[in-house]
Amino acid sequence: MKMAERTLDGGRLPLLFIGSVTALLVTPVLMIVLQAGADSGDQFRHLASTRLPDYVRNTLWLALGVASTTAVIGVGTAWLVTLLDFPGRSFFRWSLLLPLGIPTYLAAYAYTDLLQFSGPVQTFLRTTFEWTRDDYVFPQIRSLTGAIAILSLAYYPYVYLAARAAFIEQSVCVLEVGKTLGLGPWRRFFRIALPLAWPSVFAGLSLVVMETLAEFGAVDYFAVDTFATGIYRTFMSPVPHALTSAAQLSALLLLPILLLIAAEAFARRRARFFHTSVRYRAQPPERLRGWRAALAVTTCAVPILLGFLVPTVFFVRAHLRSGDSSSIAAFLERAQNSLVLATVASVLAVALALLVTFARRLEPSWANRFLTRIAGLGYAVPGGVIAIGVLIPLSWLDHKIGDLADSWLGISTGLLFTGTIVAVVYGYLTRVMAVSLNLVQAGLTRVQPSLDAAARTLGARPRGVLRRLHLPMLRGSLIAAGLLVFVDVIKELPATMIFRPAGFETLAVRVHELASQERLYEASTGALAIIVAGLIPVAILARTLDRARPGTDTDPDDIPIGAETVT
Amino acid sequence: MIKRLILLIACFALALACASPEAPSSDTESQADSAPATDQVVNVYSARHYDTDEKLYAAFTDATGIDVEVTEADSAALLERLAREGDQSPADVFVAVDAGRLALADSRDIFQPTDSEILNQRVPENLRHPDGLWFGLTKRARVIVYAKDRVQPDEISNYEELADEKWRGRVVIRSSTNIYNQSLVAALIDALGEEATEAWCEGVVANFARTPQGGDRDQIRAIAAGEGDIGVVNTYYLGQMIASDEEADREAAAKVGIIFPNQGDRGTHVNIAGAGIIKSAPNQANAVKLLEFLTEEEAQRIFSDGNKEYPVVDGIAPPVELEPFGSFKDDPVNASVFGSNAQAALELMDRCGWR
Repeated sequence: MKMAERTLDGGRLPLLFIGSVTALLVTPVLMIVLQAGADSGDQFRHLASTRLPDYVRNTLWLALGVASTTAVIGVGTAWLVTLLDFPGRSFFRWSLLLPLGIPTYLAAYAYTDLLQFSGPVQTFLRTTFEWTRDDYVFPQIRSLTGAIAILSLAYYPYVYLAARAAFIEQSVCVLEVGKTLGLGPWRRFFRIALPLAWPSVFAGLSLVVMETLAEFGAVDYFAVDTFATGIYRTFMSPVPHALTSAAQLSALLLLPILLLIAAEAFARRRARFFHTSVRYRAQPPERLRGWRAALAVTTCAVPILLGFLVPTVFFVRAHLRSGDSSSIAAFLERAQNSLVLATVASVLAVALALLVTFARRLEPSWANRFLTRIAGLGYAVPGGVIAIGVLIPLSWLDHKIGDLADSWLGISTGLLFTGTIVAVVYGYLTRVMAVSLNLVQAGLTRVQPSLDAAARTLGARPRGVLRRLHLPMLRGSLIAAGLLVFVDVIKELPATMIFRPAGFETLAVRVHELASQERLYEASTGALAIIVAGLIPVAILARTLDRARPGTDTDPDDIPIGAETVT
Repeated sequence: MIKRLILLIACFALALACASPEAPSSDTESQADSAPATDQVVNVYSARHYDTDEKLYAAFTDATGIDVEVTEADSAALLERLAREGDQSPADVFVAVDAGRLALADSRDIFQPTDSEILNQRVPENLRHPDGLWFGLTKRARVIVYAKDRVQPDEISNYEELADEKWRGRVVIRSSTNIYNQSLVAALIDALGEEATEAWCEGVVANFARTPQGGDRDQIRAIAAGEGDIGVVNTYYLGQMIASDEEADREAAAKVGIIFPNQGDRGTHVNIAGAGIIKSAPNQANAVKLLEFLTEEEAQRIFSDGNKEYPVVDGIAPPVELEPFGSFKDDPVNASVFGSNAQAALELMDRCGWR
């Protein structure tokens, strides 16, 4: 059944609202594009003839490598825990999310320390077998392959979440039809389940790709030159046109991102269907035995082991050996700052995303669809660049307000935004709105438009539809969105660094300070705190997920995440 | 150990407590108010992120009663913020860890000249701006380190020889993104000219034992482990490793020796951490006091003992850890050259493929 084009008429208000939110969120990106138009001398030509080919090649391979690896891990594990039964299945169902709490740069530090030439693993090999550097070949962790591995382990949960929600949602009837038609489990997966889940999986993958393009810390640490590291290098170089050249590189990076957004919209449009059957029976999971069960357990255990356990144990050991020597009070203050900022940012991000997607549903015009698509653009732009993009309009506003107050009231306001928490949170929102928009949008699409119509027929105003129908039905999606934003913000660095008030520190800032002085062991305390802070939302998310048993008679109060079933 | 366990538990507990949706938000907002504009404060924008700096600022407050408000971020971001804040900026002092950056800041016209007899007398002429726009506070020498068991100290005595064919596959050094390498090459351009420096750069790149990666400590570790035989690092990293709590770091540091390059001619390349006073500084007098304080013996000792940097002021002892390596002659070229040659240096390294 195709979605009805215009479900509810909300007048011009939706366009106005979506327009202003998008404008707010996209301004920083636009500022960078504008800056790119400035004169950079010969800088760009120089970059194009020396470094750019490397940037393009590495970025491409990295994005392809991470996308395909996360697709395999994410979809594979989601399929296993949703449709098959094996020992530990319910444990894996939530613990597969754990790597989400580990910032990629921390995983990179840990693995480098463990696997580099002077690290314990290779040193052990050398001393045990009395080898020198010429006697053996050990895969270089600081490499493109290493970066693909680390990023894939960190980002596969995005795909896992999306794929799992999609698999849960699939009515068992469809798969049973496949069974009666004589399809084996593999072909049922590839010919029915995967195509049906594809729009969801693609949404998860596009988040992964955007994160990968913007990824700086781990990639730089691994000595892989991508667009993001090139932008940083150019921006940081002590030459006159540094900002403009960096902006030009960033603008170039936006092109493939716009393509990606268009492709995603296309994929969703092609495959926008609602399940026709209202029957929603429990899918009896197929029980695996013997080597098959062992294989399933291994498949689920390896990503958790490598993506979560190894780095966590590394930092616990480092912390116990030589943690941060600053006072407990200072540490608690940093932790509090991090948590408060993350909470504020995630509540705002989810509220805005809900309102924007709802407004779009009221008035799904071409303009509104386009605007909501590009509102998340900032996600794919490296954080440091976005921070400058936020700085330009904010400081302009500061000066305008200051001048006005001075000429009209004769008072000096100073700088109202730059150097305050407001600027920090604005920076976060421009970065992470893609996550909340993406999840809330996915959730809302699954609420059948006829329900809205029914509610309106029964006399509900648009606000009532939102409050009494969508809000309860979307609860799972909203929680998921908020928690993913929370995790992202806890790890955020560049916007915090540049806008924070004097003396204001977060856990991520502290870890960066110590790590930039190459004091990794002391950074372990902060690193561990970031991991723990990231675990809380993951645990909540896991609990929400776990209540989402496939096919239970769904009580509207107990909607599984991303699986607002059609009842 | 117990303290660390408490920390560990505390962070779990705190994380749980704050996970409730209604975490307080208003009380941090009020902290966001800009620092009071009394004359008892000085606002510092700093690109240095060292714990020992807190000690310095605390000592200054003790001595003068003036509070130090510090905003730390990467220097490029700080400069951008300063430029945008313009005359409204609360900043009084800009601190950077490299002369190239100070020169760049100067090219954006953010500093005001300071004519302080104390500063002019204490800071050597080549380590401050000719018109007093910025002053060096500490010195860091970029030296050659070598594996004691595989290299004889007389095998190399200057930067130029890093390009010699005998070091093929044996040199470790960090990326050219790093400002210390950019300034080293900028200084070489000044000494040798651009063409000779480019030829040198190609030779060095051909000698790399591995893709440039990690920080200076990582180069020392790589030499100790045998991944490379010689490398180039800043002195204080070695000093910090010698003084480290980590046994592995102390062991690695013990396996390498230092060569102060070019002692026979122009001297070793030294860079500075330094500071200048912002044009629009609301607390200009306090800013001068701070800079003067930072060149006093007490402050210079903290730089030296705490962070293992060389003091800029003559007559103050170098870090104990670096004393065994003796004294050296530094290249007298004015540090502002690193800024004016920065672009040429960067493009040259791009061309010869120094990652």
